[in-house]
Amino acid sequence: MQDLNGADIVVRCLAEEGVEHVFGYPGGAVLYIYDAIYKQEKFKHILVRHEQAAVHAADAYSRSSDKVGVCIVTSGPGLTNAVTGIATAYMDSIPMVIISGQVPTAAIGEDAFQECDTVGITRPCVKHNFLVRDVKDLAETMRRAFYIARTGRPGPVLVDIPKDVSFNTCKYAPPKSEISMRSYAPVNRGHQGQIKKAVQMLLTAERPMIYAGGGVVLSNAAAELRKLTDLLDAPVTNTLMALGSTSGDDPRFVGMPGMHGTYEANMAMQHCDVLLAIGARFDDRVIGNPKHFAQNARKIIHIDIDPSSISKRVRVDVPIVGNVKDVIQDLCALYEAASAENKPPSTRAWWDQVNTWRGKECLKYANSNEVIKPQFVVEKLWEVTGGNAFVTSDVGQHQMWAAQYYKFGAPRRWINSGGLGTMGVGLPYAMGVQMANPGSDIAVITGEGSIQMNIQELSTCQQYHFTPKIVCLNNRFLGMVRQWQEIDYGSRYSESYMDSLPDFVKVAEAYGHVGLRIDKPADVEPALREAFKKHKDRLVFLDFITDRTENVWPMVKAGRGLTEMLLGSEDL
Amino acid sequence: MKHVISVLMENEPGALSRVVGLFSARGYNIETLTVAPTEDSTLSRLTLITAGPDEVIEQITKHLNRLVDVVKVVDLTEGPHIERELMLIKVRAVGKEREEVKRTADIFRGRIIDVTDKTYTIELTGDQGKNQAFIEALDRSAILETVRTGVSGIGRGERILKI
Repeated sequence: MQDLNGADIVVRCLAEEGVEHVFGYPGGAVLYIYDAIYKQEKFKHILVRHEQAAVHAADAYSRSSDKVGVCIVTSGPGLTNAVTGIATAYMDSIPMVIISGQVPTAAIGEDAFQECDTVGITRPCVKHNFLVRDVKDLAETMRRAFYIARTGRPGPVLVDIPKDVSFNTCKYAPPKSEISMRSYAPVNRGHQGQIKKAVQMLLTAERPMIYAGGGVVLSNAAAELRKLTDLLDAPVTNTLMALGSTSGDDPRFVGMPGMHGTYEANMAMQHCDVLLAIGARFDDRVIGNPKHFAQNARKIIHIDIDPSSISKRVRVDVPIVGNVKDVIQDLCALYEAASAENKPPSTRAWWDQVNTWRGKECLKYANSNEVIKPQFVVEKLWEVTGGNAFVTSDVGQHQMWAAQYYKFGAPRRWINSGGLGTMGVGLPYAMGVQMANPGSDIAVITGEGSIQMNIQELSTCQQYHFTPKIVCLNNRFLGMVRQWQEIDYGSRYSESYMDSLPDFVKVAEAYGHVGLRIDKPADVEPALREAFKKHKDRLVFLDFITDRTENVWPMVKAGRGLTEMLLGSEDL
Repeated sequence: MKHVISVLMENEPGALSRVVGLFSARGYNIETLTVAPTEDSTLSRLTLITAGPDEVIEQITKHLNRLVDVVKVVDLTEGPHIERELMLIKVRAVGKEREEVKRTADIFRGRIIDVTDKTYTIELTGDQGKNQAFIEALDRSAILETVRTGVSGIGRGERILKI
């Protein structure tokens, strides 16, 4: 055993976990850790321009690769800047380890310079957090942090390290065995009796429906989901967090459900006789008003690794607690065996109904030769990238259009803030995606509002040669706010107007990137081709001047029932 | 309905604030809460009383179980159990009141544990109902100070909460 100081132990533990990339920003309380980083070659550190971006980048690194994202921030303001990023990852159950510096143990509680109660501030938005008071506990704490972050329902775990703990030394021993904690033992296999009950229920279903959520992505169960969908011959919807789990061109895919989901997905959610919810949480943006949702008699089977997600907003008939991938495998095996003996009812009539709903063509929009329609830009982006790009987005109308019109063919390609709805994630997300997936096409679908929330990261992109194509749908409005104001607030556009926008072309150029401004529909496709082909190795900021007044349809207004959809402005 | 929820958790700094934070963040209410280490000093036993419809209680126990520091959770109200609360109550005791207060304390099996020429301090143990009844049996204006620990609970018979 050798003596190491705390900072070296941190580096050693990161290397043990196979960490290759770390995002961060130095400061007083993490100087020893940064000194240790300077002296090592196991992982690469990416210096961001704002701590929030470090967390978002590490978050997207994880979302796009299934590795645990890691970031380092200093005490006080470093940590408070990181909180938005941590809360974003927490809401979407993303496995991450955040290392924060803290003032020396002797100064804790004395209102020291750059001190804040880190574990107190972050407690409600992490899966777990630790304050390490003794260097002897550091290695074990780091290992537990990774273990907790990636197992069970994943989530961000924070380790707060006082400066003296990173300086003090102790004997360091490599990990001996698997982590085991008496207070934390996530269950992966589902209860077989419950799975049997689910199979019996599915065998009688005349109108089955699969509602797949982010848990399918997190447990890497897209292949299993596909098999199950085929077995049941059921329509399948993917929530905003699950897009790509079912390929956008799968004939059984009915699109996204919810507030801006498709007509067919929402109608099928409401009118099915057995709803199979997988790694989804029936949240307000997906099922609308829970009372209205419960009006239709149907049986609900709910698979989730987190028992507290089950029967939280909607009472379910067959809860199955377990890892989505394991449970679907068991479910498929049992269903195959049982359906060989007992032929399930035909779903033909149900499909006829679903196809009638599809006939509404709810995502059809009136294109224009004069003004660029935002939906058109996303459709063209899909064509130009062959549907294979990683797409990050910010939050707002552009996010919904991206979700509706970019037909994702694989999971982990669509990276957005679903739960917390954090504007400003798009650009830092692209940085994380590129570190985890070098050589891939990456697009940031954003708006002129969101992009300005972390635009300083154009500098990081320059330093590390990150080359996403920023597809800015610039409508000179905070579009989603404006849409709600138009519909519910008498078109009083209170503070939703983006006045005094910068010249984004010049901004991009000032940071050493390529900037393009596009204001004619005919130029959309050539500009995208130029960005992805000619400027493949550059960051390109495409400032699309789009229709100012376009709204996202369909829409279920907040608090309304899932089938009370507005299909267009004519329904207002 | 009232529920007595018992939680066995790691005796770690911050563990209690995770429990309390969960209740405030999710809008659940805590009527009483008491916590102390067990015979194994690495574990704490927490008892809390909360009220709510069954769905809410179900969510409370699920969320408590989700906390990484929590080892086990039991809703004692689901089975036979014992509840006890310690109350210390200081009352004015002068003149003819003095004998009356002592008699009432005796009836409730309270013990007078401190005496001055103007006051008695009485120790009383029981479930919340008994302690409340004692308060009501006293002349309100005579009560100088009341301290209640909140309820501790344990299952009856073979029912145990242990790792």
